Amino acid sequence: MRPLAPSLDVSIALIAIAPFLAACLAPLVQRFAGFYAGWILAIVPASIFIYLLSFVVPVSAGHSVLASLDWVPDYGLKLSFLVDGLSLVFALAISGIGTLIVIYSGAYLKGHPHQGRFFAFMLMFMGAMLGLVLADSSLVLYGFWELTTVTSFLLIGFDHTRQVARRAAIQALVVTTIGGFALLLAAILLQQATGVWELAAVPPLVGGAGVQAIYPVLLPLVLLAAFTKSAQVPFHFWLPNAMEAPTPVSAFLHSATMVQGGVYLLARMSPVLGNTPAWQVALTVFGGVTLLWGGIAALKQTDLKQMLAQTTIASLGLLVMLLGIGTQTAIIAALVYFVAHALYKATLFMVAGAIDHETGVRDITALGGLREKMAASFIATFFAAIAMIGLPPTLGYLAKEEMYAPLVSGALANIVLLLVLIAGNGVLAAIALALMIKPFMGPLPSLPKTPHEGSFGLIAGPVILAVAGLAAGLMAGLFGDLLLAPAASAVAYQPVQNHLALSADPRSPLFWLSMVTWVVGLAIYFQLDRLRTLLRRVDAIVGWSFDKAFDAAMFALIRLSAGVTRSWHHGRLELYLFVVFVMLALAICGPLLALGGQPPLPAFPTLNLAEWGTLGLAVIGVVTVLVAPTRIFAILALGVQGLAVALIFLLQGAPDLSFTQFMVEIVSVAILALVMTQLDLDHGDPRDFEGRLRDGILAVVCGGGLTVLLLAVLANPFDPRLSDFFSKNSAALAHGRNIVNVILVDFRGLDTLGEISVVMAAGIAVLALLRKRKSAAQADATPDAKAGKA
Amino acid sequence: MNTLIFRTIAPIIVVTMLVFSVFVLLVGHNEPGGGFIGGLIGAASTVIYSMAAGVPVARKALRVHPITIAGFGVFIAALSGLVSLAAGVPYLTGLWTSFDIGGSQIALSTPLLFDIGVYCVVFGTLSAIALGLESGEAG
Repeated sequence: MRPLAPSLDVSIALIAIAPFLAACLAPLVQRFAGFYAGWILAIVPASIFIYLLSFVVPVSAGHSVLASLDWVPDYGLKLSFLVDGLSLVFALAISGIGTLIVIYSGAYLKGHPHQGRFFAFMLMFMGAMLGLVLADSSLVLYGFWELTTVTSFLLIGFDHTRQVARRAAIQALVVTTIGGFALLLAAILLQQATGVWELAAVPPLVGGAGVQAIYPVLLPLVLLAAFTKSAQVPFHFWLPNAMEAPTPVSAFLHSATMVQGGVYLLARMSPVLGNTPAWQVALTVFGGVTLLWGGIAALKQTDLKQMLAQTTIASLGLLVMLLGIGTQTAIIAALVYFVAHALYKATLFMVAGAIDHETGVRDITALGGLREKMAASFIATFFAAIAMIGLPPTLGYLAKEEMYAPLVSGALANIVLLLVLIAGNGVLAAIALALMIKPFMGPLPSLPKTPHEGSFGLIAGPVILAVAGLAAGLMAGLFGDLLLAPAASAVAYQPVQNHLALSADPRSPLFWLSMVTWVVGLAIYFQLDRLRTLLRRVDAIVGWSFDKAFDAAMFALIRLSAGVTRSWHHGRLELYLFVVFVMLALAICGPLLALGGQPPLPAFPTLNLAEWGTLGLAVIGVVTVLVAPTRIFAILALGVQGLAVALIFLLQGAPDLSFTQFMVEIVSVAILALVMTQLDLDHGDPRDFEGRLRDGILAVVCGGGLTVLLLAVLANPFDPRLSDFFSKNSAALAHGRNIVNVILVDFRGLDTLGEISVVMAAGIAVLALLRKRKSAAQADATPDAKAGKA
Repeated sequence: MNTLIFRTIAPIIVVTMLVFSVFVLLVGHNEPGGGFIGGLIGAASTVIYSMAAGVPVARKALRVHPITIAGFGVFIAALSGLVSLAAGVPYLTGLWTSFDIGGSQIALSTPLLFDIGVYCVVFGTLSAIALGLESGEAG
C-alpha cells in the first residue's frame, strides 16, 4: 500500500460519483442532442474506463490503491475506496461494457418518449455498481449495494405502464432488499468483531481476532446477501422476470453488473470467510444446483431473452461453485469465466435486442435465415457463441480448461463436481449452438418486419465485445499477467502466478474433458426440441414454481397486514381513546407502583380570597363538565376550568404561561365547538351507566396518577442549573428579558423550527381529512341525486 | 351568534386583536408575549370575523389560503437561520443590529424574523383548521 496524494482520493471517489452527475444531466443532454445523446453520454463511462486502465500496470506490479475521504470523522467513518486486482477487473468490465451499452441504448430506444430518463437511470445504476466494486468500507459497499437495488428497480420497471414489468420490478426489489439487509447486518457484525470498517484491513486480523466467534452468523448473512443478488436457487426466480426491462438493461444488468454483485461480494469476502468446510459445501452445493437448474430452465425456453436469462443463472451458479472450490486455479477459472461471460453474454443480449428490434420477433422457433440480412450481428453472435461453447481460441475455452483443472483427481467429491460442471457446460454449449444457428441459418420465414441490419449504434457494441473476447483469448498470457493474476491474488490473499496459455494437449485429461463437454453439448442440441417438450410436460405435472410461491408469500403478507390493520384500526373513536388512556394510566401508574415510595403530601398552602375564588372557579368548571346536559355545554365548562388554571398561573407569578394558557383555551374551545358542529353526534351523552363508570374510573386513575407523579417529582430537590443559566444569559447573550421567548426563538431555535414544521404539517393533514370527508359526502350525494331525478 | 350587535362590533374587535397580536409579537422578547401567543390571538380574531361575517368573507379578507401563510412562516423561520450561516456562524445563531430612527433605537434581529415565522405558522395553521371546520370544507 503506498501513500497517496489527496487528489487521487478525490478522483477515485469521482469514479463512482461521476455517473450520478452525468445522470442528472442526461435528460437535458437527450433533449438537446437527440439521436447523438447516447454517444455523448458514453463519454462518461468511457473516460472512467480509460482512467481505470491507468491503474492496470501499478496494480499488476502488486500495488493496491487505497483512497479515503472523511465522511463522519467523529465516528471514524470514511468514504474509503480500494483499487486492487479484483475491483479493477470488475470496474473495467462495468465501465467498458457500460460505455457500449449506453451507445446501444441510444439506438435501441431511439424516439422513446422517456429516453432521457432511461439514460439517467442507466448512468445512476452504473455509478452505484462502480461504487460497489470500488468500495473499501463495508458501509459504503452496503450503501452502493442498496443503490444498485433501487436503480435496478427503476430500470426493470421502466415500462411502468405494463403490469408484468411492475411486478418484475417489485419482485427484484423485494428479493434483493432482503439480501441488502443481511449485508448491512454482516457489515456491522464484522466491524464489531474486528473494530474496522475497511474490508482491506480485515483479512490480516482473521487469524488473531474474533471472526471465528461470529463466523456461524456472519457466513449465512453474507451468503444470503450474495445469493439473492446473484440469483442462486432458491432466490433465482426474480432474474428471468427482470427480462421485462428493455434489452439494454438486460444486457448490462445480467452480464457484467447487478447479478455479479453477489459474486463480487463472495470473492471480496473470500479471504475473510473462505476455505472452511462450511464455505466450500455451501457454495459448491448452491452453485452446483443453480448451474443445473438454470441450464435445465434454459432448455425449456424459446424466447431469446429468456434463454439468455436462464443461462445467466447457470453461469452465476458456476461462478459461485468455483469460488466455493477456492483453490488458486479455481479462483483464476472463476475470474476468467467472469470476464468471458460478461463479454459474450452482453454481446448475445445486445444481438437478441437487435433481432427483436429489427424483426419484431424474439422466439427462436419463429426465426431463421438472418445470416445475410444481419451479417454483422451474425458475426458477433458467432464469436460470442464459440466463447460460450468454450472453443479455442476464446476466453471461454481457457475458462473451461481452468475450471476442470483443480478437479482432476480421484476424490469422490471432485468427481461429482466435475460431472455437474460437464453437464452444466454441455447445456450452455447446446444453448449457444441454438442461439448461433437457429435465428441465422435455414430459410427466411415471414416476419412482422422486414429484417435488415441494425443501425451502427446497435451493432457496434456486440461486435466490439465479441472481438474483445477473442482477442483476450489470443493474448491469454498478457491478459492473465495484467488483470487476472492480481485479481486472483486479491481473492486468494496470497500471490498467485498466472499460468494461462492457449494450448491444446491431447495427453492432458483436460483436453478430453473439453471433448466430452462438446459432445454432450452437441447431443443436447440435436435433441433440443424433444427435451423442451419433455421438460415442459414435467413442469405442467409439477404445477408449482418459486415464482408462484413468491406471489403466494406476498399475498399472504398483504392479507396479514390487512388483518392487523383491521383489528387495530377499526375506526371506533371511543375505543381508540379508551386504549390510549389505558396506556397512559399504565405508563403513569406502573412505574409509580413498581418503584414504590409514596411522595409526602405537601403542607396545605394558605390562600387569600382571590386564590380561593379561582380554585373554586376551576372546581365549578370541572363539576359542570360532569353534569352538563349537552356536549357543547361541557366544552364551554371545560373552557371555564382552563381559564381558572390560567388565573392560577397569573396569581403565582407566571404571566407568560398564563397568557398562553388563556389563548390556548379560547382557541381550543372555539375549535372543539366547531368540530362538534361538524361531527354528526348525539347532543347528549349516549353512554350507559357501566360505560360511564368504566370511563370515570379510568379518568380518576389517570388524573390521580398524574397528581401523585407531579408530587413525586416535586419531592426531589429542584435543580437550578438550567434556570440559573437562562436567567443569567438571556439578556446578556440574546438581548431579551423574556426568558421563555428567548429560549423558544434563540437558545432552542432549532427545536422550535422543528415544532412549527410539525404544526404546519398537522394543519395540512387536517385540511386533507376535511377534503376527504367532503368528497366522500359528495360521492354519497351523487347517487341519491341521480335516483331523485329518475 | 349572528346578532346585530355582534356583527357590528366584530370588525372593531378583530382589528384591535390583530394590532394587539402584532404588538404582543414585537414585545415578546422582553415582555410576556411572542410569536406563539401573537399567532393564537391572530387566529382567534379570524375565528371571530368568520363567525360574524361568514367564512367566505373571512377567506377573502385573508387574500391567500391560511395554510400558505403557515408555509411562509416555516420558510422565513428557516431563512432567518441561514442569515447567520452567511455571517459565518452556526445555523440559527441570533444576530442583532440596531439603528436610529428619529432619535429612538430600533433593534432588528434574526430571532425577531424567526418569531415572525412562528407567528405566521400558528396563525395560518389554526386559521386554516378553524375556517375549514366552520365551513366543512378545506377551501
